[in-house]
Amino acid sequence: MVAAQSDASSSDAHRVVITGMGWVTPLGADIDSTWNKLIATQSAIGPVTRFDASTCSTNFAAEVKDFDLKEFLSDESGLHANAGVGTQFALAATISAWKMAGLDTKTSDLKRTGIYLGAGEGGLDYPPYMAANIAGWDHETRKLNSVDWIKKAYEGMQPIAEIEQEPQLASSHISAELGTMGPTLNCMTACAASTQAIGEAFEIIRRGDADVMIAGGCHSMIHPLGMTGFMRLTAMSTRRDDPQTASRPFDNSRDGFVMGEGAGIIILESLQSAKARGATILAEVAGFGSTADAYRITDIHPDGKGGAGAMSAALKQAGIDPSSTDSDGRPMVHYISAHGTGTQENDKTESNGVRSVFGDLAPKVPFSSIKSMMGHLIQAAGAVELITCIQAIQTGIIPPTANLNDLDPACGLDHVPNIPRDMNDSGGVDVCLSNSFGFGGQNDTICIRKFVD
Amino acid sequence: MRSRVVITGLGPVCSAGVGIDALWQALQEEQSSISTIQNFDASGFRPKLAGEVRDVKIRDFVPKSYRKATKVMARDTELAVIAAKVAANDAGLTTRGSEDSDEGYEIDPHRTGCQIGAGLIAADTEELARAVVSAEDEQGQFSMEKWGTESQGESGMNNLPPLWLLKYLPNMLACHVTIIHGLEGPSNTIMGAEASAILSIGESARVIERGSADICFTGGAESRINPLGLLRWDYSGRLADTKNETDSSKITLPYHNKSSGGIIGEAGGMLVIECEESAKNRDAKIYAKIAGFGSAQSPSPMFAKLQSNTPAETSDRGLEAAIEAALRDAQIDPDQIDVIIPLGIGVPELDQLESNALSAIFDERVGEIPLVLPTHLIGNTMAAHGGIMTALGAKCLYTQCLPSYFTLNHDRSISTQHPSTEVEINTVLVCTSSLGGQAGALVLKR
Repeated sequence: MVAAQSDASSSDAHRVVITGMGWVTPLGADIDSTWNKLIATQSAIGPVTRFDASTCSTNFAAEVKDFDLKEFLSDESGLHANAGVGTQFALAATISAWKMAGLDTKTSDLKRTGIYLGAGEGGLDYPPYMAANIAGWDHETRKLNSVDWIKKAYEGMQPIAEIEQEPQLASSHISAELGTMGPTLNCMTACAASTQAIGEAFEIIRRGDADVMIAGGCHSMIHPLGMTGFMRLTAMSTRRDDPQTASRPFDNSRDGFVMGEGAGIIILESLQSAKARGATILAEVAGFGSTADAYRITDIHPDGKGGAGAMSAALKQAGIDPSSTDSDGRPMVHYISAHGTGTQENDKTESNGVRSVFGDLAPKVPFSSIKSMMGHLIQAAGAVELITCIQAIQTGIIPPTANLNDLDPACGLDHVPNIPRDMNDSGGVDVCLSNSFGFGGQNDTICIRKFVD
Repeated sequence: MRSRVVITGLGPVCSAGVGIDALWQALQEEQSSISTIQNFDASGFRPKLAGEVRDVKIRDFVPKSYRKATKVMARDTELAVIAAKVAANDAGLTTRGSEDSDEGYEIDPHRTGCQIGAGLIAADTEELARAVVSAEDEQGQFSMEKWGTESQGESGMNNLPPLWLLKYLPNMLACHVTIIHGLEGPSNTIMGAEASAILSIGESARVIERGSADICFTGGAESRINPLGLLRWDYSGRLADTKNETDSSKITLPYHNKSSGGIIGEAGGMLVIECEESAKNRDAKIYAKIAGFGSAQSPSPMFAKLQSNTPAETSDRGLEAAIEAALRDAQIDPDQIDVIIPLGIGVPELDQLESNALSAIFDERVGEIPLVLPTHLIGNTMAAHGGIMTALGAKCLYTQCLPSYFTLNHDRSISTQHPSTEVEINTVLVCTSSLGGQAGALVLKR
């Protein structure tokens, strides 16, 4: 492609800043309510109410409660009437972020405004789908009769409900709402998706292909087959007697993750564009790293080398040497938002990855998991957790890892157990990493820093 | 300094056959490979014809040590794995997945990435139905209580294999390809229906340009030729009713007001692309250069019509914006485009939107530019399609030949077909929009 552009990486056009953010999480449908609960170590986990999960080995989850998309929409065009749950979360988070950024569809250059989401697939339309599956089963031959199946499916399954399950429709809805026409992509790299989306959106702006990118993700797998998939993999906690404390990242007693749902959307913008509009800058994106384990579809490489590679690449792009300290002897990274799912394997290998990147300094870097409180938002997790980093930079407070009472020595780093940490008297929080790792060995890390002109 | 990006391996695997030569020959001979669905009994479906990949076994395209893992592959993943292998062989690469007999350029795992366009993978209906009926209640309805694991030993979800979910994660296409070939560089999975592969190829090109990898396996793969997948795509309004048809040649007529609609296909459309320096250093066959990429979104995509009867626009503005961006990126004018490879899905309303977008960019010249079209011969292969289209574009540039082509009449309501011809081709535009309004365009140069 175009070869001969001068290296202008230090100029405002190639610096990318964050000017807006929106949270729809199990702890709340806005920034303040979610944050206040995070730094009060509150859990959003409770019994599943979306469907009857009473006989499931995991019958609890972190659901988004008291959410109504209408409260976010300004008109009643009906365009989003059939949007799936995840898409609704994404729309609400986008509208919140767009407003916070002070953007206006009338004055924005919509061809230079794009979308990059890691939006998950929508939930299935259960009653007619299951009816077709039952009608299609031939009990005598013990095989599917697809003629019977499709007859029942045509009767009950609705076109719009099926089409809304396509994951890219979340970005289609956002574009229809705001009129954006810039680069628009949706990636599905499992639990790493929304971190990857933000990283790739950052690269799109750096390259000059857009001025503003709406980036993040949304997902809800709190539906029968979504939960089934993870129960069959035995990846979820089965602590039915104590769901509130079931998500226990880094603790010896951890027994799997807890399903969450929601959306996290941020507004990325070239510094040039943000300055030109006089926007409030929340943080700067300093680096993005992405690697593949190329190891196994079910397991993470035990050394955590893929995760370490993603962290190292993000730090390298940010120009940060992880083995160096500032004049007070403090590591250069002040907080790592862990992928920290609460599975035996993830937490150990992720900690190994942090150790291999930061060496002797690793125990000095606060490294907590908010999944302990709001569960695992799957494709939305990375974006939601990056917003935690932005909040940490803004407030100087690091959210804790809840339910961490018996630290697994194989993790054994500074996981900020149970009590949030106020860093305002010890230099604040200037540089953060956010990690996301997905099934199949997808590893993504973003580095953000406090904005200094 | 940004690297230039070139295409060095083509791996189309579609109903026309395995590899670029089979596809090329099908276009040269205008040979349709669309026929009655054999993947399953589709006799009750409105669309009953499709372009299926037949007589190809996944076992023959993976190392012996990986054969067991093919059991957890959905068909989409199989097609991606097969096409990736074909592309790697065509590019003369040796990877961890190569057999002893393969001799080629040994890749550096850390400098090799993988971006694959994927679709929403439908769960195997028979496998799921078998489990679902074990949780049927007295009224003959699905019972969540019976489905749960606590009360029932042998019934409900326990009938699904433990790794059931992993078969259907869209990133499994890229994951299997990265594991087989040992690709540890940046990896991504893009989902944008028909635009998926073009967007993935564009992303791969960007990854190489910014120096994050030297080589990428890229493109897309998808199969919707299964009960749920076919139903969903039938519901998109993009397929012809072929319940009573057997002659595929009269159904999909690209850019023609008499066309009765689209046909579904399945394919793997994988390529190997790399930085020019790497390709030259290893003396690789260079098919074409990727000179420009653009992506955009139509703010009023077709799905909106299904939602709320929003009137459709007269032109696909997202496609226009994507083409404009790709031309700008390649620093060329529309006048310099010699050949276009668009979707030409065969749904008159959609083709009109597409051809109107083309004429917005190319003006009067739109009737003169040859359009190379595979869709009516192999079906709309969805997430794979951009990889198939790009492979054709690369071959046109490499051979300085059009396998066959169409031209549009003055009001773009009818197209005329032309046979294979040799012609000077310097620049090819590959472009498509999609169900959700995501659009992508690539400019390829000689």
